[in-house]
Amino acid sequence: MTTAFESHDTTVTATTQGASRERLIFEHSRHGRRGYQLPPLDVPPQNINDLVPRSLRRDDIADEVEVSEVDVVRHFTRLSKLNVSIDAGLYPLGSCTMKHNPRINEEIARLPGFAMSHPLQPDHQVQGNLELMWTLEQTLKEIFGMPRVTLQPVAGAHGELTGILLIHKALAKSGNARKYILIPDSAHGTNPASAAFAGYELKELKSNSRGTLDLSLLAENVNEDCAALMLTVPNTLGVFETQIRQIADILHAKGAYLYCDGANLNAFVGIARPGDIGIDVIHSNLHKTFSTPHGGGGPGAGPVGVSKKLVPFLPTPMVERREDGTFYLDFSHPDSIGRMRAFHGNFSVLVRALTYIRSMGPAGLRRIAQIAVLNANYIRARLKDAYHLPYDAPSLHEVVFSDKKQSAHDVHTLDIAKRLMDYGFHPPTIYFPLIVPGALMIEPTESEPKEELDAFCEAMIAIARECEERPELVRSAPHTTPVRRLDEARAARQLVLRWKP
Amino acid sequence: MTPEDSRYAKSHEYVHVEGDVGTVGITDYAQKELGDVVFVELPQVGSQLEAADEFGNIESVKAVSELFSPVSGEVVEINEKLADKPELVNTDPYGDGWMIKIRLSDPSEMDGLMTADDYEDYVQAESGK
Amino acid sequence: MSNLPDPLDDRSAHRYIPNASEDIAAMLRVIGVDSIDRLFDTIPAEAKLDRLLDVPGPWSEVESRRWFRALAARNKTSFEHASFLGGGAYAHHQPACIDQLLLRAEFLTAYTPYQPEVSQGTLRSIFEYQSHQCLLTGLDVANASLYDGSTALCEGVLLAERVGKGRNKVVIAKSVHPQYTETVRTYVQNLGIEIVEVGWGKDGRIDTDALRAACNGAFAVAVQSPNFLGVIEDYDVINEIATAAGAAKVALIAEATSLGIVSPPGLHGFDIAVGEGQAWGVPTQFGGPFVGFMVVKDALKRHMPGRLVGETVDADGKRAYVLTLATREQHIRRGKATSNICTNQALIALAANMYLSLLGKKGLREVAEQCVQKTGYLRQKLREIAAVVMPFSGPVYNEFVVRTPAPSKQVLGYLEDHGILGGIPLDQFFPDHPNDFLVAVTELNTREQMDTYAAALSAAVARGRR
Repeated sequence: MTTAFESHDTTVTATTQGASRERLIFEHSRHGRRGYQLPPLDVPPQNINDLVPRSLRRDDIADEVEVSEVDVVRHFTRLSKLNVSIDAGLYPLGSCTMKHNPRINEEIARLPGFAMSHPLQPDHQVQGNLELMWTLEQTLKEIFGMPRVTLQPVAGAHGELTGILLIHKALAKSGNARKYILIPDSAHGTNPASAAFAGYELKELKSNSRGTLDLSLLAENVNEDCAALMLTVPNTLGVFETQIRQIADILHAKGAYLYCDGANLNAFVGIARPGDIGIDVIHSNLHKTFSTPHGGGGPGAGPVGVSKKLVPFLPTPMVERREDGTFYLDFSHPDSIGRMRAFHGNFSVLVRALTYIRSMGPAGLRRIAQIAVLNANYIRARLKDAYHLPYDAPSLHEVVFSDKKQSAHDVHTLDIAKRLMDYGFHPPTIYFPLIVPGALMIEPTESEPKEELDAFCEAMIAIARECEERPELVRSAPHTTPVRRLDEARAARQLVLRWKP
Repeated sequence: MTPEDSRYAKSHEYVHVEGDVGTVGITDYAQKELGDVVFVELPQVGSQLEAADEFGNIESVKAVSELFSPVSGEVVEINEKLADKPELVNTDPYGDGWMIKIRLSDPSEMDGLMTADDYEDYVQAESGK
Repeated sequence: MSNLPDPLDDRSAHRYIPNASEDIAAMLRVIGVDSIDRLFDTIPAEAKLDRLLDVPGPWSEVESRRWFRALAARNKTSFEHASFLGGGAYAHHQPACIDQLLLRAEFLTAYTPYQPEVSQGTLRSIFEYQSHQCLLTGLDVANASLYDGSTALCEGVLLAERVGKGRNKVVIAKSVHPQYTETVRTYVQNLGIEIVEVGWGKDGRIDTDALRAACNGAFAVAVQSPNFLGVIEDYDVINEIATAAGAAKVALIAEATSLGIVSPPGLHGFDIAVGEGQAWGVPTQFGGPFVGFMVVKDALKRHMPGRLVGETVDADGKRAYVLTLATREQHIRRGKATSNICTNQALIALAANMYLSLLGKKGLREVAEQCVQKTGYLRQKLREIAAVVMPFSGPVYNEFVVRTPAPSKQVLGYLEDHGILGGIPLDQFFPDHPNDFLVAVTELNTREQMDTYAAALSAAVARGRR
């Protein structure tokens, strides 16, 4: 179904050098082109049939590409010009914490001593790596206020699954794994998915009119069948559960656990510690709070901190230090839930995170939360007249507006998001959390300067005015992007998921 | 607007009976809520269903929903056209957008379903919430 | 009250946090509070720290470079040693332009492509990656990547279970990477799924009699080829046995460059191919980040976990790419999602796409042939050493098991003293194999390195006999 591309492209500009005309790499292929060179074979070749019999061999990979290095560099450079990025400007995506990705992290991660080490080398050959992992664990222990942290999970969702499996095993060990997990209706979709994956049923708790947890509703639902509550702190409205200690007490009184989704750690790192407020398990997202780059959708890492009761069940191996200062991988955890993946996790992401934490230091870590919260509240103050604020509870590092005012002119969140692109900004998170119809969830992070925040607010205010005076302009946005208003229904009905010759 | 000669379930399926065979689909209200339908998963012909059993699911770009059988019986026919044109559910939910035909094993179950008027009241109450 | 720094004091300004005293003061005025502390009033006072975190820093880049370089220098790696390490992570040539392109801001620092109008670069690249997977494996639909090979195997097993008509048993070859099988055990521990392992025969391939017996009532059979012992399995006989038992066939590929020469699972009736793309030029990085892949036949595409990029048109009729079938994913189906995966491994998939594009049809073949020939050469040299045995007779790609009369750690210790990272002891995975180790060869190993290896191994073995 591959359609011919438009040769008349109104969005070609001088500096994009035809990026939006760019085809797929397969369409660049020309017989005979080559994009690589290997040293010549330096051993006397044997008869290939003696090495890999014909019945096990394939023919040449039909339709695979033949392109030159020039074609590849040009192709991917042009593709890159079709993306926005945090390096180029604000990404106000709520709960994603799109902050600056320092390049020293990239340099350190690429040191050959790290990049070229192999995961199955014996401990004595990789003391540098083990020390790094041990040091990162100590640092995260201090940041979380918890006795141990596993570095194995490779993403937030992976960390969630780890945390729920830990809870399951701990409860099973004391005789009753219990049946269900409580999740607020404002939770991120990975929360219920992870709980179901771990074998639990889910019970959704309706938020109260302030957007926070209703304590009596919670108490009603915590009993001997409830394994845990999964709470995002602060929640997806950016609101901190002030009664967090009471929440923890209600759960602990019935032997249930308090799981914290640490996606919003940027709001209170260095200000308060999850372990001090009764949280039993927390996963963090190194690609959020700890600056490792998003890379277009990964890789990340999701270390999980646990309270004392859960330590015996942690995934193996853990890194330990001997009296003599050497390090080793410890596999001796008989009650462990097992491995969460092969090898040791996303090591090179861990390197970047530790580099960042060292660059910040104690005062810097605290300043992250202070300025992140300041920046978000500044946006809140500047936009609260133009946009409807569904919950007026004070918010920390992110703020959620709705499209209620603009709906009166038949303009909706999706349109506002698309119009924002014309002003040069990636849109905020839209339609999440689900408890706010038409949600616009805005998180600037601490790495945005005031002038960028002002430009963003001015754009949002201008769009609000356009919704009143020229709604059709907003409804038909975007106007200046390489492609606009994709037919998503068609994409799902007529599935074309690969190139075909 | 809501066909008088059908009966309705709380989960927004309808059943229209001729003889002992009921045609089942989703209502106009349901298709509007879902948005552009992109895929409908239907059971095998010959499947045995009890009332309120899940018989398939329906996907739109933004959501997916289970489909529940309003009545018990055996699936005697499924609407093959939906494989290529799932949008029929949006454009003609009571006609060409039908999903399965069931041979009713217990016609008295129809009495437990809502009439068109009851269903319209029900939808009013639901959407007012 | 305490020694906590005042954010308005510019001595605590930081190079990654632009706003300083001038900005902060102006912003506080607009917000209408007199200090940043007021913005944290919703955090209960007794929960707040009255001290700074006890962590080192802040370090300048000068200090960071010093400390981390010293750490890295304490490792022994394939940078300065001749390395023959495999076992699921392989050192292959990474063309220079890949890393440079990855560091482009628009790739490195972009977000997940939920807004397609401003993410066509990422979306097109993922569509290309999906396409490459299909060409390489001979199956129909690939996803945008999974975390790694081990979790891809988990997702493959879980997919087979979902369509497995109520069966709850899966057969996994014992010659699947043991850490991968461990991961599957962790994933299924509360889901009521039984794992049955089937061992290998003298040739190192799966024991087909045992497989035939174990398959009844299984929803899937999962095998790795080339397997953990390095041996290439016979897909046809496995396909026949599994199909007769009504079980889905899952092929796991841990050495992705093998697809350059080994006949792919899609041509032999397999339903699902999963694997690890690290060998496509991604550095070994002590185990991650890597990139998992999953490719399935067309009938299974709606059951696939992870992201999928599809082709469509935009409002002006232009070809464009978008995340599709998202209704299966966690952010919509929530508790009923096909998986909980959110972040994947987009940047590594991009690197793999670049590698596959640069090498292409001819290059993938040449890399694979060099691996095969160099492996053949090393094996020939080792056959000349009387006390050295290669216990498994099946055909191999670039990895094989070596057995000597001495414990493997002793032999490998000797090789290490002579600058060679000689192999991976098997006894950490199979305790009844104390004298066996796994040796891998890639196009980066030179004839000279292999000659030295053979000489050193010969000496190590001779030494052991004294």
